[in-house]
Amino acid sequence: MDKVMSNKKMIALYVLPALLLVLVLIYVPIVLTGYYGLMKWDGIGEMTFTGLDQYAKLVRDAAFWDSAGHSLLLAAFSALSLLGYLAAALVLAGEVKGANLLRKLYLIPMLLSSVAIAQLWAKIYHPTNGILNTLLGAVGLPDTVEWLSDTSIVLLSIFIPIIWQYAGFYILIYYAALKNIPTSLVEAARIDGASPLQIALRVKLPLIAGVAKMTVVLAVVGSLKYFDLIYVMTGGGPNGASEVMASYMYKQAFSSYDFGYGSAIGFFLLLICLAVTWLIRKLTSSEEVQYS
Amino acid sequence: MAKKSTSVLGAAALASMLALTACGGGNSAGNDAGGEAANAGAGSGSAEKITLKMMHLWPAGSSKQQNMIVNDIISQYQSDNPNVTIKQEILENEQYKNKLKVLSASNDLPDVGMTWAAGFLTPYVKGDLFAPLDDVLGGGLKDSFVSGTTEAYAVDGKTYALPLELNITPVYYNKAIFSKYGLEVPQTYADFQKAVDTLQQNGVAPIALGNKDRWTGSLWYMYLADRLGGPETLKKAIDRSGSFEDPSLVQAADEVRKLVDGNAFNKGFNGLSNDEGKAEFLSGKAAMYLMGTWELPNFTTNESIPQEFRDQVGFFKFPTIEGGKGGIDSWVGGPGVGLFVSENSKVKEEAKKFVKFFVEKWGEQSVTKAGVIPATKVDTSKVDLPQMYIDILNELGKASNITLFADVQMSPAVAQVHLNMIQALFGKEVAPEAFAKQHEEALKQDAG
Repeated sequence: MDKVMSNKKMIALYVLPALLLVLVLIYVPIVLTGYYGLMKWDGIGEMTFTGLDQYAKLVRDAAFWDSAGHSLLLAAFSALSLLGYLAAALVLAGEVKGANLLRKLYLIPMLLSSVAIAQLWAKIYHPTNGILNTLLGAVGLPDTVEWLSDTSIVLLSIFIPIIWQYAGFYILIYYAALKNIPTSLVEAARIDGASPLQIALRVKLPLIAGVAKMTVVLAVVGSLKYFDLIYVMTGGGPNGASEVMASYMYKQAFSSYDFGYGSAIGFFLLLICLAVTWLIRKLTSSEEVQYS
Repeated sequence: MAKKSTSVLGAAALASMLALTACGGGNSAGNDAGGEAANAGAGSGSAEKITLKMMHLWPAGSSKQQNMIVNDIISQYQSDNPNVTIKQEILENEQYKNKLKVLSASNDLPDVGMTWAAGFLTPYVKGDLFAPLDDVLGGGLKDSFVSGTTEAYAVDGKTYALPLELNITPVYYNKAIFSKYGLEVPQTYADFQKAVDTLQQNGVAPIALGNKDRWTGSLWYMYLADRLGGPETLKKAIDRSGSFEDPSLVQAADEVRKLVDGNAFNKGFNGLSNDEGKAEFLSGKAAMYLMGTWELPNFTTNESIPQEFRDQVGFFKFPTIEGGKGGIDSWVGGPGVGLFVSENSKVKEEAKKFVKFFVEKWGEQSVTKAGVIPATKVDTSKVDLPQMYIDILNELGKASNITLFADVQMSPAVAQVHLNMIQALFGKEVAPEAFAKQHEEALKQDAG
């Protein structure tokens, strides 16, 4: 076996299938998307080369920048919500009664498909029969809030289910990371007289810093390219009030049949995600703490 | 756009964008998806063997009746022409549209397929992908179509598809609610406004509307524009021989604003889908619902809706506005899907023959068997149908004009502007003048 594995040709042979798949399904389309972004193309007829026209249009397109603003807001929101998840995970990882059950409860939204979640929340937000307005009415608060059609609150109404959807995922990641911390370290700190809060902040957090950085990248990039719930719940409406970059791209390509422009937005989105990832890594780069 | 159902699988949609780019090159694809027609009359036949590929969007699961009729017609054609085999490929609405696009990029369209009118069809015609069917229409076939329906598939005077479906949009109303508040079917717009006012004062939502889908609100705007400015004004504004800033088009937008101010629509309509809006009407919470005749089965034959409710539903024509130019028999509506023949088909003549056969047979069966009103004329004295169908078909016979849905008339890019503006208008985020101006700019840009 060792002999096989040290043979360069064999390594290449074994890597090839996966490499081909990744190239054909991911990298080639990325390059093609960038290329289509240089074209004027309705998806059906002839393509005409227009150089950087589509990108120039993109830079001047107020509707796009609105959607980009919404995406960034969502990214900020998701990043902040990580703090909440971390707190929940810290509690769960401590010896709390029922932690096991709670962990499973938090994970349930992860198991639902986005479309099901969207339908569920659309029912909750229903202006006349929705559970939210009914509850508000029952406690004497205004019960005529139009959650998904009032342009001033629609964005917030959509963010909440998105945060809810991913809570379990991040809590699980933090939980696993926290469980990996050797108990000897925690016990040593306790013997030294550290309070639970001190243990959490001074011992546990530094140890899972690597995981935390990764979740920030995941949350921010995931938010920037977010699409599902928004598309199903509001379609980006009313009149673009809840549009994000990905839904705007979809509309341009598949509703307006402007594949050139849609591709340009898609490629731009990729660039933004790469830039943001790089920025986050830069800002959070520090020596990883290791106690052993 | 038949039912305009947007199958919403966000992730899948995004993935398909990648898939599209990935296989746009040389994917020929087989007829592996979907059921294949019974291969009748195999073996016999003196003429050369011909295989016709047909792609359509009526899977047995979701469009059972339509699917059955298609199979019937195909097996009939195959037994009449033993040398012909017809292979079907069936996809759901959205997938169908995407596949059609992929196939046309690789120049591999089926011999016969389905398309929508005007704005959808034009890029395919411009790309020389559809064959003109005027020779098929000659010889009397054209006369069997309701006038104005084939024209929706015409580009530069040539017809590129033959319509199968035709829909108009009456205002359905709940008779029980109307009689409870002593309301009559409104004859004039003033009566209509009074009815709306009475209903909303009594805490009933006058009109069910789900405007997340946007084309639903567009129907209201289109009728107001028609009744105020006559059918030509909007048409001309779109085809650029007129202007969207025509006073009647601005006034129509203002009338929409007045309706919204008068609480004419159910609450939160801009965040509700058409299905959710429809639910307000079906549950008896809203009194009126403006929608296409594709909803007729729900008010007549659909057993899953209580008989009691179905009996309460009537319809009326959008009332005329005093001083306006539009008559009561002018409708908003239009043909749904139509059949095209691929320009690059190797068996074009046979395909044309089949399309003609299909359209004729479809016209005989679709309304009785599937509740779909065909674009060909139906003799109401010879068919056994629920009364509401008979009434609608008779109205169709009297129709003075059918204005094609605005978002279908417009090019896809302008349609998006229109739909967004409709949502903004209903949400009172845009003034009527600005509404018209934005349309005018989008249309100008598109034309230039």
